[in-house]
Amino acid sequence: MSLLWLRFALGCYLVGLIYAFVALTRTSDLFSRIAFHAASMGMVFHFVSLTELFLSGQIVWASVHNGESLLAFLSMIFFMVIYMIYKTTSPGVVVFPVVFFLTFVAALDEQPVLLTQFVSHKGWLIAHIMLIFTGYAALLVSFGASILYLLQERRLKAKKPTSLIGFLPALEIIDQIGYRSLLLGFPFMTLGLITGSVVAITAPTIGRVDFLDPKILLSVLMWAVYMVMVFTRWNSGWRGRRAAFLATFAFVAALAAWAANYFSTIHRFGTS
Amino acid sequence: MRYQLIGLNHKSAPLEVRERLAIPESRLPDTCRELTSYPGIEEGMVISTCNRVEIVTHTSNGHADLRGFLHDHFDLDANSLDPHLYEFREKDAVRHLFRVASSLDSMVVGEAQILGQVKEAYATARAVGAVRGQLDQLFSRAFAVAKRVRSETAVGSSSVSIASVAVELAKKIFGSLQGKNVFIVGAGKMSELAARHLMAHGCASIFVANRTYERAIGLAQKFDGQAIKFDDLYNTCDRADIVITSTGAPHAIFRREHGEQFLARRKNRPMFFIDIAVPRDVSPEMGKLDGIFTYDIDDLQQAVTSHVADRRKEAERAEAIIASEVEKFEARQSTLDVVPTIVSLQDHLETIRQAEIDRVRGRMGQLTPEQEIAIEALTRGIINKVMHTPITTLKSAAKESEATTVVDVVKRLFNLQVRPKDVSLESSVKKEEAGKKSEVGTRQ
Repeated sequence: MSLLWLRFALGCYLVGLIYAFVALTRTSDLFSRIAFHAASMGMVFHFVSLTELFLSGQIVWASVHNGESLLAFLSMIFFMVIYMIYKTTSPGVVVFPVVFFLTFVAALDEQPVLLTQFVSHKGWLIAHIMLIFTGYAALLVSFGASILYLLQERRLKAKKPTSLIGFLPALEIIDQIGYRSLLLGFPFMTLGLITGSVVAITAPTIGRVDFLDPKILLSVLMWAVYMVMVFTRWNSGWRGRRAAFLATFAFVAALAAWAANYFSTIHRFGTS
Repeated sequence: MRYQLIGLNHKSAPLEVRERLAIPESRLPDTCRELTSYPGIEEGMVISTCNRVEIVTHTSNGHADLRGFLHDHFDLDANSLDPHLYEFREKDAVRHLFRVASSLDSMVVGEAQILGQVKEAYATARAVGAVRGQLDQLFSRAFAVAKRVRSETAVGSSSVSIASVAVELAKKIFGSLQGKNVFIVGAGKMSELAARHLMAHGCASIFVANRTYERAIGLAQKFDGQAIKFDDLYNTCDRADIVITSTGAPHAIFRREHGEQFLARRKNRPMFFIDIAVPRDVSPEMGKLDGIFTYDIDDLQQAVTSHVADRRKEAERAEAIIASEVEKFEARQSTLDVVPTIVSLQDHLETIRQAEIDRVRGRMGQLTPEQEIAIEALTRGIINKVMHTPITTLKSAAKESEATTVVDVVKRLFNLQVRPKDVSLESSVKKEEAGKKSEVGTRQ
């Protein structure tokens, strides 16, 4: 049943996806309103889907697909918060495609597999998943904002007056969105990693923790890049190209850390 | 509708001619008085701006010698003036005035200033009594049309002045201008104008630096700002988010290294340079830095031009509105043209009726109230029945070109003395209604 709701949500997000592509070439107030309402509706379906999962009693979020679904939902929450504060749907240009993709994969089929070896740390595990995914979502929004920043900066520098009237908010607003989500995401990410480590170290089933495990290495790398980003921004106000470069790097590191699930020995969904 | 208009504008006349005809504000009332005392002119007013001089009149026969007035007033010979003049009558004059008020005839189509200027000219002429009923109607309609054009088309929406484009760009960079600081480098008219625009949009404070320190102080005082010694320019400039620069320096005064300095001190918060100096004050190299946005005079002008092109498209829609408004105005005016005839026809018949009733009274002695009512109803009924067709014909003829002919025929048939039309729309309509109801006894 939860999968059905998720597929409804996917249908709604599809509208958002189309909007994301159209918005790059032209501005349409009507369409951005439609996309916004569709996305809101998608969130409702999505929420129902996740609630059903939760009520099913198991920590099924720990399956890859359910994790992706949760991440997509958290990203949408970020999008909505930004909309409420800044009244702009433009981050959707980056957020919608990612959300759509995540939801699409999650909606493919049921994956009722668990991180079975950690059942004794259920509370920690939930905390870990929620925290780290919130961190991911914040990172995604921040990454999106840095791309929008580059776009807007380029428009302004190109001095093409016709393209000045675009869907993009003012440069400083984009900058604020990016910086705030960056700041917000950092503690989540940090705490997420800490809770994860606690689970890994104390779980009785796992034995000795291999610190050269790709999951751990990549997670630490991602966190380090994240910290460098926050630091350079706070210390010397890096933005624009340099910030976008770092954000992309952090984003790729995050993807790699996620992908590491497939070849890590300790952090593995499913079959092990 | 005997409107007549003569004038010249930026398209028909070069600046040398326009400046000879420009009438200073202080002399406008006198010119209006002079205009209305000119033969054949009943009402008149003058619009004089830097781009146009227009004389709008309502004349007694539709053929007043407006050229003659201009020659006399400005003491210019026909040869030097006439080639630059345009002259419109009736419907064309109405259309031209509507276009002027709606800013379709402006050098920068859609600019909002002209409507204010026309309103001022109207108020001036009205104050000296040069504008009464006829021009009143025309101008109040013109203002309504201008308002309609502005609200129904986007002809005035995009920024088409350097200063407003600068504000728009600043908003694209900073979002809100609230709390932003402006630095004027080189006190000049244009930078002052741009600064004024920026302050109007919420900028917090202003710094002024100028080679001549006294001028900097002068300008800073105007804005409640702070004058900066030119030598301190580079040390203080990073405090500003927006820099308007227009010095007469022969080479760039802001170079890449300055930009780097500013950015370092500002923690890379962006800066917006509006460079209206020629030669440029900001080196192109500096503009390449991340976080520094430089727009020189050509960039701004380019933005203006492209907005102007957008406006032109909207202007076509505006022209359609004006065309329909001119038709409406004309239709209403011509109805008004026949109103006095109808009123006087009614007056005329009412007089005859009253006279006849009096005669009957004289012959028959005192009438009973019932008889009075019967006679009243009988005579009124006959007159109304007889009058019905002629009045309908007059009203419908008003909308056709034959109006004058029909009006003349009616006047001659009934030997009517139509009073001159000094009446505005409302008063004439009121009279018409009053005539319809009863004016018993009042005209005897």
